[in-house]
Amino acid sequence: MMWLSLVVAWLDWLLQVHCVASMPLTKHLKVAIVDPNPALSLRNYYDKSEMPDSRVSTITPATISLFKDVGAWEHVQQQRHAFFDQMQVWDYTGLGYTRYNARDVGKEYLGCVVENKVLCNSLLLSLQQDADSRKTIIPAKLTSMTLPPKSPSSGSSIGHTTMDKLSGMAKSDETFEQIQLRRLAKLELSDGQHIYSKLVVGADGAKSHVREMAGIKTSGWNYSQSGVICTVEHTLENHCAWQRFLPSGPIALLPIGDKFSNIVWTMGSDDSTRHKLMSVDDFVEAVNYALDHGYGPHPQSSSLDHYIESLPWITGPGTLSTREHFEVPPKVINVVSERMAFPLSLMHAHNYASSQVVLIGDAAHAVHPLAGQGVNLGFGDASALAKVIAEGLSLGADIADLALLKKYEKERKAANITMMAILDGFQKAYSVDFGPINLVRAAAFHGAQYIAPLKKTIISYAMGDKKWPLFS
Amino acid sequence: MAWRLLRVLQRTSFSNHTISLPNPNCSRLNPLAASSPLLPKLWKRSHTDAAPLPSPTQETRAGTESGDSRGAKSTSFRSSLNEAEVAKFAAIAETWWDFQGPFQPLHLMNPTRISFIRSTLCRHFRKDPFSARPFEGLKIVDVGCGGGILSEPLARMGATVTGIDAVEKNIKIAQIHAASDPLTSSIEYRCTTAEELVKENEKFDAVISLEVIEHVADPSDFCKSLAALTVPLGATVISTINRSMRSYATAIVAAEYLLNWLPRGTHQWSRFLTPEELVLILERASISVQEMAGFFYNPLTGDWSLSDDTSVNFIAFATRRNE
Repeated sequence: MMWLSLVVAWLDWLLQVHCVASMPLTKHLKVAIVDPNPALSLRNYYDKSEMPDSRVSTITPATISLFKDVGAWEHVQQQRHAFFDQMQVWDYTGLGYTRYNARDVGKEYLGCVVENKVLCNSLLLSLQQDADSRKTIIPAKLTSMTLPPKSPSSGSSIGHTTMDKLSGMAKSDETFEQIQLRRLAKLELSDGQHIYSKLVVGADGAKSHVREMAGIKTSGWNYSQSGVICTVEHTLENHCAWQRFLPSGPIALLPIGDKFSNIVWTMGSDDSTRHKLMSVDDFVEAVNYALDHGYGPHPQSSSLDHYIESLPWITGPGTLSTREHFEVPPKVINVVSERMAFPLSLMHAHNYASSQVVLIGDAAHAVHPLAGQGVNLGFGDASALAKVIAEGLSLGADIADLALLKKYEKERKAANITMMAILDGFQKAYSVDFGPINLVRAAAFHGAQYIAPLKKTIISYAMGDKKWPLFS
Repeated sequence: MAWRLLRVLQRTSFSNHTISLPNPNCSRLNPLAASSPLLPKLWKRSHTDAAPLPSPTQETRAGTESGDSRGAKSTSFRSSLNEAEVAKFAAIAETWWDFQGPFQPLHLMNPTRISFIRSTLCRHFRKDPFSARPFEGLKIVDVGCGGGILSEPLARMGATVTGIDAVEKNIKIAQIHAASDPLTSSIEYRCTTAEELVKENEKFDAVISLEVIEHVADPSDFCKSLAALTVPLGATVISTINRSMRSYATAIVAAEYLLNWLPRGTHQWSRFLTPEELVLILERASISVQEMAGFFYNPLTGDWSLSDDTSVNFIAFATRRNE
């Protein structure tokens, strides 16, 4: 009888499966991937001549090194991707701005923007290439899941008849199989198959079916904002990530490669429907207005700023961006993809693991896209889970053991909640248009721009090089 | 008080050998007798708990008892108190696999003990520590297996495991739990003692007996049985609790009385062995201790870890001499 470790997926599962497949301790685990996404059957690289998809992710250097470890990064490099080494953040009040440069922390890039389908494809391709790994892709949807009853001791989960059988030494293979199957999770799929699995990893996004079936509760709130995403074109290449906080929400312009950029514009739900439906020209105009002169003036460097710039003990040696001046983002000339809108919310599951079920990625936590951290948290979860499973196996533990899964939860929960709290704090701070708060934000911009140690901490934390924002 | 202490010390029968017995009048023990009113009570209890000095024939049978860690000084001792204790532990036998239950400390400690066993046995038998089943091909016996907490991980690591325990109920629970996972259903559980296995001429590549030796009546005879079960140049791993002031404070007072981690009366401080005593007993049984480690519990993180400090719990890896 084969014991499958089952993975139901969105994006993080691929990395998870990869990590499991590549570590020597976990190579022997049988993994089944249940996902109806038709993209899973693709075998080739995406052509760079195609228009960029509007669903993109900004991945941090920490995630890039995870990809390199599993051998998927070389595939990403063959397809469209864009490194960026500078970032500028400012708001509509024009009272301050911050520029970040990768060279402030001695690195060459702050992150890389890659289309989601490219990430998926790369992971899949490197998985195909690994002939040893025992994985099966099942293109079906999960319809229901039956978990074995939770019992403190094995004695009560197995009926009296079985106990008698054992004590009477009247074993038959059939009975044992039934006993063993009863301890596994049974999954029913949309194509009529049943699968039995020791461990079910739920990586099926914010509206996770697996989480619902496992009965794990969540907390969170809706942001009453929606994000509009699309791909736009410029006249020149763009190597900088731009983010401007407007009264209704931030607009972000991320380079995707070849003179294209991706827009993520957060605004109220009604506005987002309007922007989705308006004509292309109107939308281009709205975008340029939002990025340039709209809603407020450009930040000007005052004499105070020039004075602070000249103080080396604050600005620190080697931090180039403290001397960089405010720049206007490149003009958008065309929209080349369909505009999509989706509602934003914050969500956090109370537990990441229950007996035989564990959640990773958006299934466990959903965050605001304003700092591009969501998918990176998910990839961090995937690699942490793989590591915990490998450690458990090296000590002969049962992979579905709750105590083992709790170790994964302990490692990731604190880090995820910290990041979520910070992002939520930003979201709330920037949604208020009130004089004193505006000045506090301006002071924060100035602080992050000129105080070198603070800037370096922010960059390192956002890049994934530091685990905690302070004391790390 | 002193004569009581002397009686208790006679219980740790090194009587045939010329090891210097801890002197009843030595400063280490005196403070105990003289100090707080609680302690004399504990001493009194431990004195009456220990069965009366058995006749020689009884002792040889019971001395090689591979009793489980819940004090089954079983069949040969007929004092009512012992039966009550056995019954008490039998009552909680169902909770062996309840991670939040009375055996939680053992579950928490388990990964640490296994990591020591894994690294020492892999090195000794020249197995690849990065393989998922490093013990493939090794025959291991878990003496005093209880509910199988150690036996199951060993089986998952590829070993052919035999688990023995003197309490029938423990064996039953262990069998049922192991049957539910195909990786562990090959474990052979038997309700027997180490001495019985010796009579059957069983031999194993590795003999592991964790947290048992502090419950047997005659540690030196017990070690002789373990030696007889090990193939020449095979491995023997024993873990127990040190007999020190610190272990009294931690394993008896804190664990049994303050934190209620263990049922009261689980351990008797007088039966604990110091590392030096354990090494000597094993030497006389033709087993040479190669490595020793302590493990300690960090209450803030809730984790156990290995260290050089053997003052409370310690584990020893030894090899059977080729004689």
